[in-house]
Amino acid sequence: MKTVGRWLPPILLIVALFALWQVAAASGFMADQLNLEEFLVPSPSQIFDVLWQDRGLIAENARVTLIEIVAGFFVALVIGLLAAALLSTSDLIRRTSYPVIVASQTIPIIVIAPVLVVWFGYGIGPKLAIIALICFFPITVNTLDGLRSVDRDSVKMMRTLYASRLQIFRRIEIPTAMPYAFSGAKIAVAVAVIGAVFGEWAGSEKGLGHLMLQDNAQLMTDRLFASVFVLSAIAIALFALIGLLERRVLRWR
Amino acid sequence: MSPSLSGREIGHAFGDTVALDGLEFSVDAGQVLAVVGPSGCGKSTLLELICGLGDPDTGTIEVAGKTGAVNRLEGCAYMPQTDCLLPWYSAIDNAGLALRNKGRSKAEARRAAAELFTRLGLNGFEQSRPDELSGGMRQRVAFLRTLLSGKGVLLLDEPFAALDAITRAEVQEWLKGVLREERRTIVLVTHDVEEALYLGDRVAVMSPRPGRFLETIESPSAAEASRLETVTTVEFTARRQQVMTLLGAGGLAPLGGS
Repeated sequence: MKTVGRWLPPILLIVALFALWQVAAASGFMADQLNLEEFLVPSPSQIFDVLWQDRGLIAENARVTLIEIVAGFFVALVIGLLAAALLSTSDLIRRTSYPVIVASQTIPIIVIAPVLVVWFGYGIGPKLAIIALICFFPITVNTLDGLRSVDRDSVKMMRTLYASRLQIFRRIEIPTAMPYAFSGAKIAVAVAVIGAVFGEWAGSEKGLGHLMLQDNAQLMTDRLFASVFVLSAIAIALFALIGLLERRVLRWR
Repeated sequence: MSPSLSGREIGHAFGDTVALDGLEFSVDAGQVLAVVGPSGCGKSTLLELICGLGDPDTGTIEVAGKTGAVNRLEGCAYMPQTDCLLPWYSAIDNAGLALRNKGRSKAEARRAAAELFTRLGLNGFEQSRPDELSGGMRQRVAFLRTLLSGKGVLLLDEPFAALDAITRAEVQEWLKGVLREERRTIVLVTHDVEEALYLGDRVAVMSPRPGRFLETIESPSAAEASRLETVTTVEFTARRQQVMTLLGAGGLAPLGGS
């Protein structure tokens, strides 16, 4: 009953939005307002129809994109956590590297993506690089904030209780930073989806982003939206998965 | 087994702020020295210096005959003002932290802590998370954590300041009982004159910043009587008056000390 209560409001909101869209699109209201042909403004029911008819094709491409997202996210996670740990070791390292890390986020992905494709080819390489580039940032920044919020008295106490530097890191700093790292990871996984699509747009032979480009060129707007639905579902599922993991790991919260 | 402590000509400054100046003290093995003084007089700084978290700018501190910061850190355990219980560990795992740091297994640390939990009246709370414990309980667990380090010198920084008056009286009485069983050399910083006279064998009165000891007063001999009986004797009241006067003579109104 409690679970139902938790999930009911968001589901109701999504259903309501779809219902509104359905009415607006199926009645021809949206196409009229936009002054477009009706097939360019598909209703949710048409989109779900296409999603079902072309489920094989969409699933195959979704699998490719999902692999890119998950792999890219893990690369970002490893780099992000290591960077945070390194940056927390000394003020000098942190102050030296921080501007470069922030600057890395000002690189326009749209511009750099084609270059990465030239460098690394049409395979998964450039996608991983792009996802990692945009995902490590929230992980590093949040985790670093966590590591820096460690209680100083607790560290003093531990030092007088025989703790080595490594034991302080393990028993105080990591647990303190963990909730922050999870927040960063949740932001990262949501933007990873966008990174994967950008990566595929720059050059690819498979994936939902690739399929969307083709569908856009062929004015298959309904299937394009079907891909968007699947991408959203992937993002929501991964976000929820990390949330679940967070609750299991951070039992003390 | 508990070592003695002493400090000579201790001076320490943070930038232009002189925290300690010409401070001298000595504590015999197994004795409790209570330190009272106005806020900001350098009490906490003194404790951190004694336990080797830093070196004084001038002067020497000796723990068990050794003066190096590393040696002092080896010999002293520090209990900060806040209980510093780690929320990700159960009460018993918090208490056993020192043993875990020394490389003992989780099971070994728990066994050692469980024995002390039972002996010192904390049984039943082993598996509790810190946020499930009351303030008084948390301080007791924090004290056990300090005690379980097995170190001969314990430095307690206003351990009961955050507790309400009733709980504080309870925990003081508990600590007095524990210390009868587990003799350690202790420096207890407090702003509560009654606490200082009740728990300390001697009470050192500190001047306002820059801190040094104005005078050290013997506590009235506490028989096995209860806390209430001890703190209401004529002798106790007279000593309290004496400490309060010294604190007042330091130039600032005394703090705490109900």
